[in-house]
Amino acid sequence: MEQTDTLVIDINNFPAEEGSLIPLLQRAQAEYGYLKEDMVEQIAEYLGLTPSQVFGVASFYSQFRFTEPAKHSICVCLGTACHVSGGETLVEAFERDLNVKPGEKTADNKFDLNRVACLGCCALAPVVKIDNDIYSKVGVIKLKEIWSSYE
Amino acid sequence: MNSFTELKKKSSADWNSLSIMADPVIYLGMASCGKAAGADKIKEVIFKTLSRYDLKAKLVEVGCIGTCYLEPIMDIAAHGNPRLSFGNIDERTAELILHKYLVDKEIYNRKVLGHLGSKPFDGIPGFFEQPMLKSQVRIVTKNCGFIDPENIHHYIANDGYQGLNIALGKEPSEIIEEIYESGLRGRGGAGFRTGKKWKTCYDTASDKKYLICNADEGDPGAFMNRLLIESDPHAVLEGMVIAAYAIGATQGYIYIRAEYPLAIKRLQNAMKQMHENGLIGKNIMGSDFSFDIKIKEGAGAFVCGEETSLIHSIEGLRGMPRTRPPFPAVSGLHGKPTIINNVETLGTVPHIVRNGSQWYRQYGIDNNWGTKTFSLVGKIRRTGLIEVPLGTTLRKIIFDIGGGTQKEFKAVQTGGPSGGCIPKELLDTPVTYETLASVGSIMGSGGLIVMDQDTCIVDIARYFLDFIQKESCGKCTPCRVGTRHMVEILEKICEGQAEPEYLDKLESLAKLVKSTSLCGLGQTAPNPVLSTLRYFRNEYIEHVNEYYCPALVCHSLIEYIVVKEKCTGCQRCVSVCPTGAITGPRSEVHNLDQEKCIKCRACYEICRFDAIAGNAIEITSRKEG
Repeated sequence: MEQTDTLVIDINNFPAEEGSLIPLLQRAQAEYGYLKEDMVEQIAEYLGLTPSQVFGVASFYSQFRFTEPAKHSICVCLGTACHVSGGETLVEAFERDLNVKPGEKTADNKFDLNRVACLGCCALAPVVKIDNDIYSKVGVIKLKEIWSSYE
Repeated sequence: MNSFTELKKKSSADWNSLSIMADPVIYLGMASCGKAAGADKIKEVIFKTLSRYDLKAKLVEVGCIGTCYLEPIMDIAAHGNPRLSFGNIDERTAELILHKYLVDKEIYNRKVLGHLGSKPFDGIPGFFEQPMLKSQVRIVTKNCGFIDPENIHHYIANDGYQGLNIALGKEPSEIIEEIYESGLRGRGGAGFRTGKKWKTCYDTASDKKYLICNADEGDPGAFMNRLLIESDPHAVLEGMVIAAYAIGATQGYIYIRAEYPLAIKRLQNAMKQMHENGLIGKNIMGSDFSFDIKIKEGAGAFVCGEETSLIHSIEGLRGMPRTRPPFPAVSGLHGKPTIINNVETLGTVPHIVRNGSQWYRQYGIDNNWGTKTFSLVGKIRRTGLIEVPLGTTLRKIIFDIGGGTQKEFKAVQTGGPSGGCIPKELLDTPVTYETLASVGSIMGSGGLIVMDQDTCIVDIARYFLDFIQKESCGKCTPCRVGTRHMVEILEKICEGQAEPEYLDKLESLAKLVKSTSLCGLGQTAPNPVLSTLRYFRNEYIEHVNEYYCPALVCHSLIEYIVVKEKCTGCQRCVSVCPTGAITGPRSEVHNLDQEKCIKCRACYEICRFDAIAGNAIEITSRKEG
């Protein structure tokens, strides 16, 4: 996977100070969907940090990922309201239907499955988000209908 | 301040044009919850319907009024009648409502929620007469769902920036005094008196000071900040400018969850409008005061809700807490005096400055003045966001406002993962910072999660501890290791693998973690366990001694069975069972093989909701021992 792409993000628009680290990582991830190793190195160099310092910060926060995401991202909300309304059962159903574990991708690279803490739509629990579409009051038997509509 | 008078005039004209407009005005709730309920599709229907019948109307996208269970919500003002609100609409009914009302001038009564006029109208109840809204006191949520959050004129026409205008004409110390006198306490949960915090910062001499708005709403099950920012972003921003003026800050930050993209967009848009109108930046409103705000997106770490962690995160470090003192008000961001206030606290500030501290103190009870917003979710009939005076009882909130539970009420969880479960015997507890603490919970940021007989108390404790354990930053041992052991014990109990002495072990471990952790996250993490052990110990004992889960939740302790008398032999369950556990020819009672059953719930759901099925699948837990 080692590539030597040049970073095409607008790195120079960020002040070269430590406070720019998280915004820069967010910018890079927004561009590529994940943090590539060479990107981390370039950001480190720009800010005068070591790559391990940058990895240390990036790996602390759950937002950052180090592997390429699949075509579609499935996020099952496991906030409290979703938990008491059966969110965990939905995770299990996705695991079975798509043969994938949370944090992993399907073999065909079509879906990745993620557990998220709370999407803030608690009144409509349980909630599943695929890409930017939110599905509310989801039941196990409705699931297949939902994910099979994604190409 | 002539420019503000002019701006206000212009804003009022813009706002009032909606009520004198000849064309109908359609208001659509477009906050995240409205969108999740399908507001985007309703918007398409509105445009289609208007063009199909060749109608002219103005669409105003508003935020959320808080009655989330009624989403999507659409209001129409037409024919010189008061604005009418319709709820729980879908694409079909939306078209019906629009067509009937705009073309035939008929009101589709089945979906009407109420009118927003000042006088009785046509036998339709007033919108605020609804049980969920009747007992609320809406101060910080006053504009939510009524104004267009992307139009600064709407905000200004509804008393917006009036507070800032007043504040800039006073001495900073006077503002601090006013806020102190109002009794306002931190709405993020800890409840420290805001005026006192500001004074500490004000009294600390420094060349630079910072103000941070904490919008890192991490509690699962809480969305007060999201709703407020999405529906009325200027209120929070105005509060920030006033606070900055009072403490002498020149730079502000909003630390907001990246999971709230719409809220971030609304803030960016609002800040652009503030710049255009001289309400932020250099020489605000023509005064000597200059202040600017940057948005910092959080990167997903619950611990960053803690002040010192949040500061580290803004500095570009791992979001780990440090010991206090020094408090951030003395030495915070980059070592400079820093005030961190919650969204709701800041959103309340303009109202206090405008109306005075005594006005604010007419609400609430002793040392708990004013109002507080709560997100009312879980097994409750009317879910949504509410604002009530402090001191309101839990019973009033859950039963009068929330409409109670469908099945038997079991407990209410306040304060998120740092809070506790409160049983029905304590429902008459007035909600104040002190009373919630005395019953083993906390106020927290305002999440109220209602649980009924179908919620397993042990599972809930396990859920919260698991959440905390994953979010523990790992800096101090009690939190890092202690919460992990607590989760292991709770998992054993849920799996029916626990020994009787585990409960005492769990309790003493919880007390240890509570008393020895470094920051608020670890110190409050045991609350869900301690409070449930205190009020629901029997349910733990049933799990441990009888392998019995009364709520029928814990996988290892339940079984799915087919009730012979009810089974119609329709084979619906056979078709959805992923493991082939259910068998049986058509029209005969089906058989469920326990060895193969993975308890996925599919058969249960289809048997309940399919018309020809007989609701014959039941979940049981057998008492043993």
